[in-house]
Amino acid sequence: MDLTADFFSLFDLPRAFRVSLSELDARYREVQAQVHPDRFANAGEVERRLSMQWATRANEAYQTLKRPLERAKYLLHLAGHDIKAESNTAMPADFLIEQMEWREAVAEARGGRDHHELERLHNRLRADVGARYEELGALLDDVGDHDRATDRVRRLMFLEKLLHEIDDALASLED
Amino acid sequence: MALFQIAEPGESAAPHEHKLAIGIDLGTTNSLVATVRSGIAVCLNDEQGRPLLPSVVRYHVDGSTESGYEAQQHQALDPRNTIVSAKRFMGRGLKDIAHVESMPYDFVEAPGMVRVKTVAGAKSPVEVSAEILKSLKARAEAALGGDLVGAVITVPAYFDDAQRQATKDAARLAGLDVLRLLNEPTAAAIAYGLDNAAEGIYAVYDLGGGTFDISILKLTKGVFEVMATGGDSALGGDDFDHRIYCWAIEQARLQPLSPGDSRLLMTRCREAKEYLTLNAEAPITARLSSGELVDIKLDVATHAEITRTLVSKTIQPVKKALRDAGLRVEDVKGVVMVGGATRMPQIQKAVGDFFRQEPLTNLDPDKVVALGAATQANLLVGNKTGRDEWLLLDVIPLSLGLETMGGLTEKVIPRNSTIPTARAQEFTTFKDGQTAMAIHVVQGEREMVSDCRSLARFELRGIPPMVAGAARIRVTFQVDADGLLSVTAREQTTGVEASIAVKPSYGLSDDEIAGMLRDSMDHAKDDAIARALREAQVEAERLVEATEAALAEDPHLLNEAEIAKIRAAIAKLKETAAGDNRRLINLAMDDLGFETQEFAHRRMDQSIKRALAGRKVDEIRMGEES
Repeated sequence: MDLTADFFSLFDLPRAFRVSLSELDARYREVQAQVHPDRFANAGEVERRLSMQWATRANEAYQTLKRPLERAKYLLHLAGHDIKAESNTAMPADFLIEQMEWREAVAEARGGRDHHELERLHNRLRADVGARYEELGALLDDVGDHDRATDRVRRLMFLEKLLHEIDDALASLED
Repeated sequence: MALFQIAEPGESAAPHEHKLAIGIDLGTTNSLVATVRSGIAVCLNDEQGRPLLPSVVRYHVDGSTESGYEAQQHQALDPRNTIVSAKRFMGRGLKDIAHVESMPYDFVEAPGMVRVKTVAGAKSPVEVSAEILKSLKARAEAALGGDLVGAVITVPAYFDDAQRQATKDAARLAGLDVLRLLNEPTAAAIAYGLDNAAEGIYAVYDLGGGTFDISILKLTKGVFEVMATGGDSALGGDDFDHRIYCWAIEQARLQPLSPGDSRLLMTRCREAKEYLTLNAEAPITARLSSGELVDIKLDVATHAEITRTLVSKTIQPVKKALRDAGLRVEDVKGVVMVGGATRMPQIQKAVGDFFRQEPLTNLDPDKVVALGAATQANLLVGNKTGRDEWLLLDVIPLSLGLETMGGLTEKVIPRNSTIPTARAQEFTTFKDGQTAMAIHVVQGEREMVSDCRSLARFELRGIPPMVAGAARIRVTFQVDADGLLSVTAREQTTGVEASIAVKPSYGLSDDEIAGMLRDSMDHAKDDAIARALREAQVEAERLVEATEAALAEDPHLLNEAEIAKIRAAIAKLKETAAGDNRRLINLAMDDLGFETQEFAHRRMDQSIKRALAGRKVDEIRMGEES
């Protein structure tokens, strides 16, 4: 094992989208328990530096694998399919229209300070996102269709951003 | 159990020797030092049996100082040379400090950090803090009777990079080896969690003399994981005193006060605040230098009324931290109260109302941070406590970013990232043949750079001339386990390591620290060279001990030639450490470091593999020993 090993092997997990989060948590903690700088506070400089590099790597790996969208992007990256989010923003028209409708509904609820409606939109969108991750899991783990998976990831990036915006709107109503 | 130990000649025969380590709570109003004795964390008291050391330093004309209660007594008498609440000035410029007008000091604006003019010259808050740390260090050495291996020093979780760096500089100036900067609420959580075998989500509400922190932690078997933190590094008990002080001036219709009178009245206001913890009404009486008598009464209801906005100012960060952690009020199993200011009844009520439960106050809110720090220090130096080892996963409180076009901030590492953490960002040139690039590092959540704290300005030079946009400069932010940032840069296409000129926008330069160190040495008639030599020798001893322990534990990871090389480097280091040439000792340490590099890699690799195989090293050992 070295610092360049991929995140899945770092935690000795199968390279797949469907991961057990409790297993991931446990592996992450086991690795951190070994490499964390607190274990080497009294060690020589070489070990202290090495420990910081490993602990940094473990944190990066955990943060990536914990979030489904980041995990999917990482899997595609390992398979040589980069998302190219910035340079490739072309999306099918029906998806874009759907997005605009969502955004209008959120803006309206926020404008009217309609807490209830924002919650409703949030729950609906969350269910939709959940179903899309199911599909993404099948594309990545069962079918191995990376092209379609890349397309789904790019859609999910839009939707996660929207979820985040609804969260912010809800938070601003609470304050 | 091993019945006897076989020690090779020259090998350490006492690997389980108790090492002296301390935890220090360097507070705005009071500071404490604690250690672990016979497995129990205890605060170390002064000769009069008092655990607290008021964070007050008085400077005399000859450059000598007094700290603590002694200095505190002279506050009203010698206000300009008696510095209180220096923590509020750490890593801060004059414009960052609130209520300057009611402070009796002659502030001097200096690059990066404000100074206070005293009879002994302009003093940086770092120097003032170092005096407090020196007192605590002396107290600990007297109580423990030996050289300290190191100290854990606590800082508010919401301290930014400049304030953390200033704290570390103060420790260095005081001659303390800092094992770790530990966040105050996290220290409290360790003390509380280990004592109560707590599991679940806990909130630590920490209102100190000058700082406010809220941390949300997940406690699971042996792991303290900070999920989010928030706060205000310029809000504390001091502000409540100030509110009462302003109210008192208004009530008594007072004219502007002299520095001495101002200090006196502020002290009376603080006493009234403390009295109201257990009483319904508190008198505020003070005889001013003019002979005028201030004699008014403050009741609980008025106190709550005039401090209402301060109380609600603490609830906003609590809401934000919960949101950042993705949690609701119902998820919080317990709320631990830390800091003397949480004794105020209006605080207890506001926190209780918000979390819909009684806050936990069974630990002394003044001591809990120092006790937690001592417990962590004991773990860090490797003293076995009989308790399972625990793991601490803390976060950075504020996002780190870079200035981009138009004075906007681009976040590189978001707040609440678990540390240590690193993130790289790529930049390119925008002009043909451009060979240099300025980079401005900031910390904060706001969009405009001008609203964030400027941490450092870097100039990357030596970029090979290329057409615009062809250079790829990778700037890497690394935050270590103390929450401190370092930045490196490299041009990717040519592999040229760009030179970096660091101009810290805050804090003290290495030269300044060295100068202060020399000054304090001169004063103490200490010998700087002797001290540096002693430090190198201690470091060498530590390295030898750690390497020998590693060799004893994992000889199977090395072949005979490698072992021989390492043993030779150890022997060489021992030989030089016995002499008095510091340069040779450092060289020998570097050599040993070089020889053990590969060994360190293999050991790390082995421990990860063992951990993932579900067999912790401890379990293997227990199996062998039973």
